[in-house]
Amino acid sequence: MADTESVGTAEAEASQEGRVHTREAEASQESSKEFVAETSEGSQELAPRRSTPLGELHREVGSVLRLPEGNVLDASDIVTEAPDSETMIINMGPQHPSTHGVLRLMMELDGETVLRTKPVVGYLHTGMEKTGEELTYIQGGTNVTRMDYLSPLNNELVFALAVEALLGLELPPRAVWIRMLLSELQRVSSHLMWLATNGMDVGSTTMMIFGFREREMLLAFFEKTTGVRMNHNFIRTGGTAADLPDGWEDDVELICDTVVARLDDYDELLTGQPIFRERMEGVGVLSAEEAIALSATGPILRSTGIPWDLRRSMPYLAYEEVDFDVIVGTYGDNFDRYAVRMNEIRESVGIIRQVVERMPRGDYRSDDRKVTPPPRSLIDESMESLIHHFKIFTDGFKVPEGEVYVAIESPRGEIGCYLVSDGSGKPYRMHIRAPSFVNLQSLPVMLRGGLVADAVATISSVDPVMGEVDR
Amino acid sequence: MSTASETDSPPIPGLPAGVAWSVGAPTQAGAPTQAGAPTQAGAPTQAGAPTQAGAPTQAGAPTEPGSGPRVQTGQVLVFPELSRYHEVAESLQRGGFEMLSDLCAVDYLTHPGRSLPGGIRPERFEVVANLLSMEHGRRVRLRVQVPAEEPVVDSLWDIYPGAEAMEREAYDLFGIVFRGHPDLTRILMPEEWEGHPLRKDYAVGRVPVQFKEAPGPR
Repeated sequence: MADTESVGTAEAEASQEGRVHTREAEASQESSKEFVAETSEGSQELAPRRSTPLGELHREVGSVLRLPEGNVLDASDIVTEAPDSETMIINMGPQHPSTHGVLRLMMELDGETVLRTKPVVGYLHTGMEKTGEELTYIQGGTNVTRMDYLSPLNNELVFALAVEALLGLELPPRAVWIRMLLSELQRVSSHLMWLATNGMDVGSTTMMIFGFREREMLLAFFEKTTGVRMNHNFIRTGGTAADLPDGWEDDVELICDTVVARLDDYDELLTGQPIFRERMEGVGVLSAEEAIALSATGPILRSTGIPWDLRRSMPYLAYEEVDFDVIVGTYGDNFDRYAVRMNEIRESVGIIRQVVERMPRGDYRSDDRKVTPPPRSLIDESMESLIHHFKIFTDGFKVPEGEVYVAIESPRGEIGCYLVSDGSGKPYRMHIRAPSFVNLQSLPVMLRGGLVADAVATISSVDPVMGEVDR
Repeated sequence: MSTASETDSPPIPGLPAGVAWSVGAPTQAGAPTQAGAPTQAGAPTQAGAPTQAGAPTQAGAPTEPGSGPRVQTGQVLVFPELSRYHEVAESLQRGGFEMLSDLCAVDYLTHPGRSLPGGIRPERFEVVANLLSMEHGRRVRLRVQVPAEEPVVDSLWDIYPGAEAMEREAYDLFGIVFRGHPDLTRILMPEEWEGHPLRKDYAVGRVPVQFKEAPGPR
């Protein structure tokens, strides 16, 4: 840590001169055309106060979000002339075990207190939205599934729902319920992974081992069902790639029983444990107004007390037919976010049990032969099926012109897919509204005024998946 | 697709008069014809669905009485003029759309002939903002046309602080300038990257990776 600090300070001091010039040059450029042509748009890093534009400083210090005064800039208590020698800008990440990938945070510290934070992202950017425009709708699933690699099935689901909305395609009930089963299993698996890493971040390595152990059962089930542990490309336009394997009810039942029993263990290990509570309670507080203003969704929004869950509020699949509770917190601190996720696992298990009980029979995918391939047995018998099969896997299918936005509840919040079709076989534009990307904006607000030692726990409680942030 | 004239009362709380709006994705002939193509097409057909034969659409979302067509979540479109974009968003926020759930841009360079409601001239870029009203359980999508010659649009940051990262992303990948944004820098691409990758005239592949202080091609 000592090394990082000294390097960070030195860097900040060394490049300060240059940065002042860049920002002044930027500010003086009135013509927007020149501004667009300019390719060195300025630093993405956190700059010292005296070289930061006032509006940006307001945002970073968080005065913009001091609600309910609302969005009035309250300039009086923002110290723009703070002597930079008294504060220190340090760098955390991108290579840091607690940043869950390649998240880089630059923090301005006064002693051990965090004054400003700026997440610097993009280290994992691979242009997946651009790639999505080059892939057919059938290939698209393999692309989106790699965004949020801890809940790939939900990515596939939102993409498939968007394509189906443009196609106006209706699904057989079994496909819907299989999707619901997988989506909930994925939520359990993702939250378990979160419990594991969160435990590690606050110093409970036992929790890390436990979380991975339980998640392993779910991954084994996914492997049995889809063939792979991650990046399944299993939920496809028109249904799923295959039916559930024989004996899936027993596997799922076993998973449910084990997870529920182990959750009680976790309660004993963490929930009631004074050291753990000390580190979580009252740390990283976000108010409901701030969460809404910052477009935060998922457990972060619910932990502030707002019962907003797309499964309940804007039901998709068959969520209006199953019983479950929307878990909300009260204070919006780290402990509430922990408790919300913990109890969401229990609710998901409840949904999974209902799905097992009521799984309808029938086809697991639509029989629209323009969209889904024919069953293998038909290919030997029917020339038409052979042609369909060939056309689907060489050309794909065409989607009517139009645009649609579909959103579902992923373990991290609202994942949305904005799809524009020009009537060809490839998306004209495929935008994924990534919950981690948007939720990261609330991190500086949570960290503000807290101790740098709590930062790790708070980063963890936002649960960012960098594959999704950077896409 | 239904297009409102000024006399229709807009079904969208807070929408100022005179702003074009429509329901459902504008589609060509042969596309699904019902106004407001189903958002959640994954909802089951009722044949053989286990229980409860309610329509699979929008069970919990209340619609105001006499509020025009019953619209699917997410498929109400508003087409403000560029100059009124900020004003319309602000008015919608007062009308209950308290959250900006998504903002992105689209480059229509190679697909110019799309259908828009009367009076709206298609431009090369479009900024698409999805607003969400938790109270009413509905969404509305703002689509504002941004000309290629001067891709500048007002930032929504002062009314929706959550727009910050999303507008930076649109700026980074499309080169659309958001007037009033506090920190308009690249967010996903490296700082000194040249060009805006999601534009349609930006080549796919074989673009040498540009990084600060990286040695030249080896």
